[in-house]
Amino acid sequence: MVVKPATTLPIGQRPPLLRLSHVDKVFGGEVVALKDMSLQVNQGDFISLLGPSGCGKSTALRIIADLLHPTRGRVEWEGAHGRGDLGVVFQEPTLMPWATVAQNVWLPFRLDGKTYNQVKDDVLEVLRMVGLEKFANAYPRELSGGMKMRVSIARAIVTNPRLILMDEPFAALDEITRHKLNNDLLELKSKIGCTVIFVTHSVFESVFLSDRIVVMAARPGRVLTELEVDAPYPRGEDFRTSADYAAHARRASEALREAMGEPA
Amino acid sequence: MSLAEQNSLPTDARDEDEIKRARADQIEKIAKWVLPVFIMVLAISGWAWIVAANDIPHFILPGPDRVWDSLVNDWGMLIDAAYLTGWITLAALILAVVGGAGLAILFNQSKMLELSFYPYAVILQVTPVVSIAPLIFIYVDSKIAGMLLCAWIVAFFPVLSSTTLGLNSVDHNLRDLFRIYGATRWRRLRFLQLPSALPYFLGGLKIAGGLSLIGAVVAELVAGTGGIGSGLAFRIQEAGYRLNIARMFAALAMVAAMGVFIFAALSFLSHLLLRNWHESAVKREG
Repeated sequence: MVVKPATTLPIGQRPPLLRLSHVDKVFGGEVVALKDMSLQVNQGDFISLLGPSGCGKSTALRIIADLLHPTRGRVEWEGAHGRGDLGVVFQEPTLMPWATVAQNVWLPFRLDGKTYNQVKDDVLEVLRMVGLEKFANAYPRELSGGMKMRVSIARAIVTNPRLILMDEPFAALDEITRHKLNNDLLELKSKIGCTVIFVTHSVFESVFLSDRIVVMAARPGRVLTELEVDAPYPRGEDFRTSADYAAHARRASEALREAMGEPA
Repeated sequence: MSLAEQNSLPTDARDEDEIKRARADQIEKIAKWVLPVFIMVLAISGWAWIVAANDIPHFILPGPDRVWDSLVNDWGMLIDAAYLTGWITLAALILAVVGGAGLAILFNQSKMLELSFYPYAVILQVTPVVSIAPLIFIYVDSKIAGMLLCAWIVAFFPVLSSTTLGLNSVDHNLRDLFRIYGATRWRRLRFLQLPSALPYFLGGLKIAGGLSLIGAVVAELVAGTGGIGSGLAFRIQEAGYRLNIARMFAALAMVAAMGVFIFAALSFLSHLLLRNWHESAVKREG
């Protein structure tokens, strides 16, 4: 895989990648899952969609992935080639149990008609990046929950996609594994300089990971406000214990409380 | 007792619970073979005793010794018969796999095809094959073809229905993933649906194995002999007419053995194909 230089421009100077304009999604003619969502995603952004369940964050992700069509509004990609490559990580690792770790990571290439030998180096390279090079020939059932998630992440980044969508990927993991994976995810991002949209309902996760937090509210699902986390990358344990982090977390919590309809 | 003594572990570094569990496992492993054999010995002895004690004539109920004699003396004839029945069963099973899995894939690819033909597959399945068989032999000249058709009719449905279920039981996230990667229909079938369906298919195959033997036996009984040699079912019938009850039992034992063999072979195949990944074939620690 081509490792891009990992310099990420300041938020205001990033070239645009994708624009959602006034997107509505209505299910069955009456359930408004998403109302009037507008969002510009820029290259290099790490955006968290933060909100309570039912706020339409997964729906937004599915619309961006083209798994759902918006009822109203538009999704526009920058450039002539439309959407291009996407990487996706779901809440479950979503691995094929009958295939080895390496075969699972090969999948995006395989569906593009590439043989294993053509892309073997890339596959082994990303496995090394997520720390699983020794498990290339293991089957998913032999791995722990955190390791399976790493395979899932390796599969999402192996094609060096324009955008990576992550739908609460660490929600089902224990706190310690989650901590570790958050650190590793940032490290990966700084290595390959990808653009990420990350759905979560954890204030701390969103503050630690992202530089833009889009706070969403439920019934109907909508964007409430957007917060900027201007702490520089790379972020590590010292950021997690800093006053800056605490202040951002407080702002995000207050915004989330408002989103839940409680007084701040 | 000193502290050092308390802390020293026995040479066998397992605690009492583990030893107990290991012993229970071992006993169960032995019992799994010994108990059924014991029951069989008991049943055969009881059978021999009942026949001897009541002086039952052998044309009503032969003792196990006579059945054994028949098995030995008629071995040449019985093994020929078993060969024919086995051949029909195997061919029908192969056709059932090709037909059942093939139809399942076709139905999966075309909803219209499924809506059109699935009800007829069900009708074919629920109509007892014994009642269809005589008709088949009126219209199908070749006995072999007729027998294959009978056996196929009973055997293909479990393959069809379980494979259909399997093809539709794909993890929805994986399905989304394939869509996002723009997988072609063929690649989705090959890389996602077929592997997902494999455990279901193998479950259907195990049932189909037994059913194709039933189909073959029924077909033989209906077809009678016709210059193509005679299978086990025909031998049972024929021996019945001659009041050679011992041979009936001997042939019956061979049919049963054949059924057990088919089941064991298909279970083994299933284990080989699934042992790396499927829950049903994976042994857990502890």
